[in-house]
Amino acid sequence: MKTPVAATLAGLAVALSAPAGTAVAAEGHKCEIPGYLLSGNNELKHVAEAVKKDRRLTIAVVGTGSSILAGPDGPRSAYPARLETALQQRLPSVAVKVVTLVRTRMSAEDLAQGMAKLLVDEKPDLVIWQTGTLDAIRRIEPDDFRAALEEGVETLHKGGADVILMNMQYSPRTDIMVALGPYADNMRVVAQQHEIPLFDRHAIMRHWSDTGAFDLYAAGKDNVLAHRVHDCIGRAIASMIIDAAHLGPVEPKAGE
Amino acid sequence: MHAPVVTTGRDLRLDLFRGIALWLIFLDHIPSNLVAWGTIRNYGFSDATEIFVFVSGYTAAFVYGKEMRERGFIIAGAHILRRAWQIYVAHVFLFAIYLAEISYVATSFENPLYAEEMNILDFLKQPDVTIVQALLLKFKPSNMDVLPLYIILLLLFPPILWLLQFRSSLALGASVLLYVLTWHFNWNMPSYPSGHWYFNPFAWQLLFVFGAWCALGGAQRLSTVLQSPVTVSIAAAYLLFAFVISLTWYLPGMSQLVPHWLEELIYPIDKVNLDVLRFAHFLALVVLTLRFVPRDWPFLKSWWAWPPIVCGQHSLEIFCLGVFLSFAAHFAMVEVSGAVWMQFLVSGLGILVMIAAAGLLTWYKRAEGRSPGSRSRKTPDADLAGGEA
Repeated sequence: MKTPVAATLAGLAVALSAPAGTAVAAEGHKCEIPGYLLSGNNELKHVAEAVKKDRRLTIAVVGTGSSILAGPDGPRSAYPARLETALQQRLPSVAVKVVTLVRTRMSAEDLAQGMAKLLVDEKPDLVIWQTGTLDAIRRIEPDDFRAALEEGVETLHKGGADVILMNMQYSPRTDIMVALGPYADNMRVVAQQHEIPLFDRHAIMRHWSDTGAFDLYAAGKDNVLAHRVHDCIGRAIASMIIDAAHLGPVEPKAGE
Repeated sequence: MHAPVVTTGRDLRLDLFRGIALWLIFLDHIPSNLVAWGTIRNYGFSDATEIFVFVSGYTAAFVYGKEMRERGFIIAGAHILRRAWQIYVAHVFLFAIYLAEISYVATSFENPLYAEEMNILDFLKQPDVTIVQALLLKFKPSNMDVLPLYIILLLLFPPILWLLQFRSSLALGASVLLYVLTWHFNWNMPSYPSGHWYFNPFAWQLLFVFGAWCALGGAQRLSTVLQSPVTVSIAAAYLLFAFVISLTWYLPGMSQLVPHWLEELIYPIDKVNLDVLRFAHFLALVVLTLRFVPRDWPFLKSWWAWPPIVCGQHSLEIFCLGVFLSFAAHFAMVEVSGAVWMQFLVSGLGILVMIAAAGLLTWYKRAEGRSPGSRSRKTPDADLAGGEA
């Protein structure tokens, strides 16, 4: 189970090393992810179709504050931009576009209500829906949270888009102050029942913290950590998409 | 200082398991703690909270039931309410410590990666509202949900205890009915800033009243059913089922093996409203415990059993200490290191502090008991009655 993804990641590191320099390649070693956190049985059929038939892929990232980074180089350092770069490199013959629709301080319900408009405006093949943090902070009723998730996912499915749910960040300094459990559980359940992949950002970041890949306890204003973490997240989502849409074998790239 | 375990004819197994539950709650409350992988919540549906609420109901009925029979409804009721007040004071004290920790974090933490998570501190901007809501038990920081549940359970306990004495089946039936109606109508108490109580008192009362019912003769009435091989086999099978399901939460390859209809049936396993699956899991644990841990088990009187038993006998104090220690452990992990060795160190140290404090409380109690001005022994022993908390 572990080998294909490890190989994918290793391939990814190689693929990135040429254009982006050795620093990124070194990072690729640092933020490894165990295979079980990225692979699953839920498929991304629309993505597979769009890539194979139309040679183009439009992804919309819908989320809140943890999908963006502040500062002048924030937009190109945040994970949606890193995801776009990673996919462009791994699928060179496909026109990949990642649009972000991030609004801070929005609950899952607020975001779910914007899904219908999003389908019309952007016509995405895939929507990555990052949510849960604000709901947990505001202690929104877990049942209401779940209903909002279901509403959003069903709207997107009816509109012909694939969905990946992305849960909260692992934040060891603040995790004593907010109970993420019920919200993370509900995201897992909704993902299972609607047969969509869950990008378990919390578990992945926890893994990086436990293995010492990143010091997530750090308190400083330094942007370097945030940029590195977002880069790793972007590339990890790229791997998940390629795995779940079975794009690996059909895209042999010379020299990889 | 090792006092021999206090024996007053009460079931030491209760203290033992409550003491262990206190340790597990402490471990589960330290965030990002690998040691918490060893706690029972990861191996089935129920967790230490169920043990704690049940044993607390049991001991409350055991101690105050005796008093109600001997001294009447008013005196016993007044003592129960005084206990509820003590727990309220303890809760407010813990809230003050919590505010101190997070105010510190708020001023020292500026990592741009976690700009969104900093919204947690929004409530500090409105101390006027937040502190009043905390005093009203509507604003409850995470990990501080258990004591408010006990306060409500104890406030309502005098009439329930009265009914349990005279019409025990009726009292238990009313408790089950309230549980069912709560599920049907979604009753719960409101929280601030939104949502509801994390431990819904209308649902969790079932476990507390069931514990009380067992203490007042129910356990004996059930003993033939509980001891029968059929019950024991069903309980063991159910625990195995829960264990396999819980494995699928952590070994994602396995989650594909759970049939879709079964997922639809069992999820979500609702902790807020004490899901039936959780209650059944706790009952199965009780059945196996009764089968394999006899009341006169020699281990209960050995030195090895002393640490958990003594913690279980001072449950309110040790529970509060555990919440404080989990804040302190988190603080140490943030300030010193969050590495794995540190997680083991703070977990072990915390349990040692809990044992030492419980030993000290026992010593205090005995010293007080000898002093001339001590309270009348007719007052229920606050330590042995610690179960209310």
